[in-house]
Amino acid sequence: MEAYLDNSATTRCMECAAETVLRLLREDFGNPSSMHAKGVEAERYVREAKAFFASNLKADEKEIYFTSGGTESNNLALIGTAMANRRAGNHLITTEVEHASVRNTMKYLEEQGFRVTYLPVDEDGIVSVEALREALRPETILVSVMYVNNEVGAVQPIDEIGRIIRKTNPGTLFHVDAIQAYGKYRILPKREGIDLLSVSGHKLHGPKGVGMLYVDRRVKIRPILFGGDQQKGLRSGTENVPGYAGMAAAARVCYEDLDRKVERLYALKERFVEGVRALPDVRINGRTGRDSAPHIVSVSFAGVRSEVLLHALEEKGIYVSAGSACSSNKPAVSRTLSGMQLPKEYLGSTLRFSFSFDTTEEEIDYCLQELAGLLPVLRRFVRR
Amino acid sequence: MFQAFLIKYGEIGVKGKNRYVFENALISRIKEVLADAEGMFRIIREQGRIYVEAEGAFDYDETVAALKRVFGVVSICPVVLLEDQGFEALSEAVLSYVKEVYGDRSMTFKVLTRRVNKEFPMESMEVSAELGGRILDHFPNMSVDVHHPEVILHIELRHNIGIYSEVIPGPGGMPLGTNGRSMLLLSGGIDSPVAGYMVAKRGVYIDAVYFHAPPYTSERAKQKVVDLAKLVSRYTGPIRLHVINFTDIQMYIYEKCPHDELTIIMRRYMMRIAQKLAEDTGCLALVTGESIGQVASQTVQSLAATNDVCAMPVFRPLIAFDKEDIVTIAKKIDTYETSILPYEDCCTTFVAKHPVTKPKVEAIRRSELLLEEKIGEMMEQAFATEEIVEIGK
Repeated sequence: MEAYLDNSATTRCMECAAETVLRLLREDFGNPSSMHAKGVEAERYVREAKAFFASNLKADEKEIYFTSGGTESNNLALIGTAMANRRAGNHLITTEVEHASVRNTMKYLEEQGFRVTYLPVDEDGIVSVEALREALRPETILVSVMYVNNEVGAVQPIDEIGRIIRKTNPGTLFHVDAIQAYGKYRILPKREGIDLLSVSGHKLHGPKGVGMLYVDRRVKIRPILFGGDQQKGLRSGTENVPGYAGMAAAARVCYEDLDRKVERLYALKERFVEGVRALPDVRINGRTGRDSAPHIVSVSFAGVRSEVLLHALEEKGIYVSAGSACSSNKPAVSRTLSGMQLPKEYLGSTLRFSFSFDTTEEEIDYCLQELAGLLPVLRRFVRR
Repeated sequence: MFQAFLIKYGEIGVKGKNRYVFENALISRIKEVLADAEGMFRIIREQGRIYVEAEGAFDYDETVAALKRVFGVVSICPVVLLEDQGFEALSEAVLSYVKEVYGDRSMTFKVLTRRVNKEFPMESMEVSAELGGRILDHFPNMSVDVHHPEVILHIELRHNIGIYSEVIPGPGGMPLGTNGRSMLLLSGGIDSPVAGYMVAKRGVYIDAVYFHAPPYTSERAKQKVVDLAKLVSRYTGPIRLHVINFTDIQMYIYEKCPHDELTIIMRRYMMRIAQKLAEDTGCLALVTGESIGQVASQTVQSLAATNDVCAMPVFRPLIAFDKEDIVTIAKKIDTYETSILPYEDCCTTFVAKHPVTKPKVEAIRRSELLLEEKIGEMMEQAFATEEIVEIGK
């Protein structure tokens, strides 16, 4: 049996999305910039994809931009707004637990002369709104907070953060990295005070190499790629029409009957969490209820190195991620887990299990059963 | 301007009646490396010289890089070859050579002539002197220095004539295949690829064995070893990599033996397996990347305890090298970057916190008696897991 429980790394591309991609690669393959009919037809696909995201976010089509993926969406959002609003201030705020595509972009901006405040999180991985209140200053031009944390599934109080920003300093822009959230949550940027929102295609059963950035029409933003001025000059480069259409097709299916599907995911998560709690010497990181993401569970196994358990599960056909990769050459400690004050002995012993709408009860039960079998064996061989 | 290279080789020259064996090996290796380079090449052997001549267009840099990976080559000299049409024609060719290569740069030079073709009407000293004079006439910025010239212009008078002045160092050593075959214990680290390279440089064909221990080592760690073997095979020719699953043996030792002796006992079993593989595949020696004192398992006492199980010679070319020196070679042969990739073996799970550094052979032998019950069977099983990866074929 096989159980793919690494859906926060990537998901299987769904049939209808893959078919759309293939058809647009081979049949309707035009370049939207071409003046002839093939170009017009291709442009129609791009517009349709934009129309879907616009209506899904209750936004305007003009506020939807396509990119090469989550990383580019985050880079464009941060660098593009920071550079365009330089005169208004040089202060940025983010959290200690962001994805590398935000964290490292912030580091780059620090090198460019911006000051960045990193907000701490509590033991559940949730950012302190008090700290945000204190950090906000008139010269703060941007706040960037992720919707769902990719390592532990913590859900940040986006709504509240949006309110605080609007109340304290309405000029400050609010960027939300929704890469792990979009497709599981209904997100209405205008209601939640979100000015920029990043989405990735392959996390929601769409193709890889494609992403989306919502940019509120009032936002001042500069491009980070220069060329043929496609997408109103904000994102030059020939449009990846098959990718955009494929991502839109997948997203559309995700949002069909969403409440029932999410309910089912929570039931799976509860089943898994309950099973894991029955195992000796484990610790679940972060919250597990309806206030956490329905598809991510982070578990630490005392006395077992995460890589070893990961490869042992792999031998049984179960695929998961290491909560933090560590190796003898290069210990890479997870910032999320260390930010949550996870005791040191657990840092190298953490795995992330992440589900999708395709995950079954059988997969969950199989994984629990194999964990129960493997843990005592692996623990017998700990370093003495 | 160059269409040919003069290949100089060192030690082969002194090998007496076996010389043709060495030359043949060198030539066949040159053919092998040039097969992957752009262009068609002809290899000419002539009185203690090997010429590589390109037929038509070729990639100069790629060709030189390939020749620099051929063991036995001492130097590679880009050469202009011309037919013997008398001294005046030679003089013309030499002047245009100097103009093309050096322009009218200010430098010291001398002309050195070797007259192999005794039919040539002038003696070598005369040729050198006359050509030197004409160069001085044509290039007023140049001057002659017979003791420490910046440039030596070589003229080789054979049945045709060669002109060269540039000497690109080769790797030296002996041609591959002139010294049998050995089994390299290859890990993912920095040392073992370098050890394989160094032994191969003495003309030895290399096969390799890698011990992997899933789930304690990952598929990527294995891929890294395959990648390393590929890099080494650019010098050593094709490598047959034997992959042996070592997990069960490792666990068994871990359960039965004192922990501070774990690494030594583990290495003894690796040696035993490598030796058996070597015997079965016609290898006459083992090669390891060990270096005295680098880690606990490489103290002199530990090396002696490990060596205790080996009946065949074990070559340890890095034995007296400092780490920095090993790193320098690893960088030169381009294995360093791959070696330091972080998919390091999770085998560290098994390393004792305080391993013995001065093991006694007798004590280790006694500890191994604890394994008697199942180890024979487990060795058999380990051999049954053997997977062969052919590299560089």
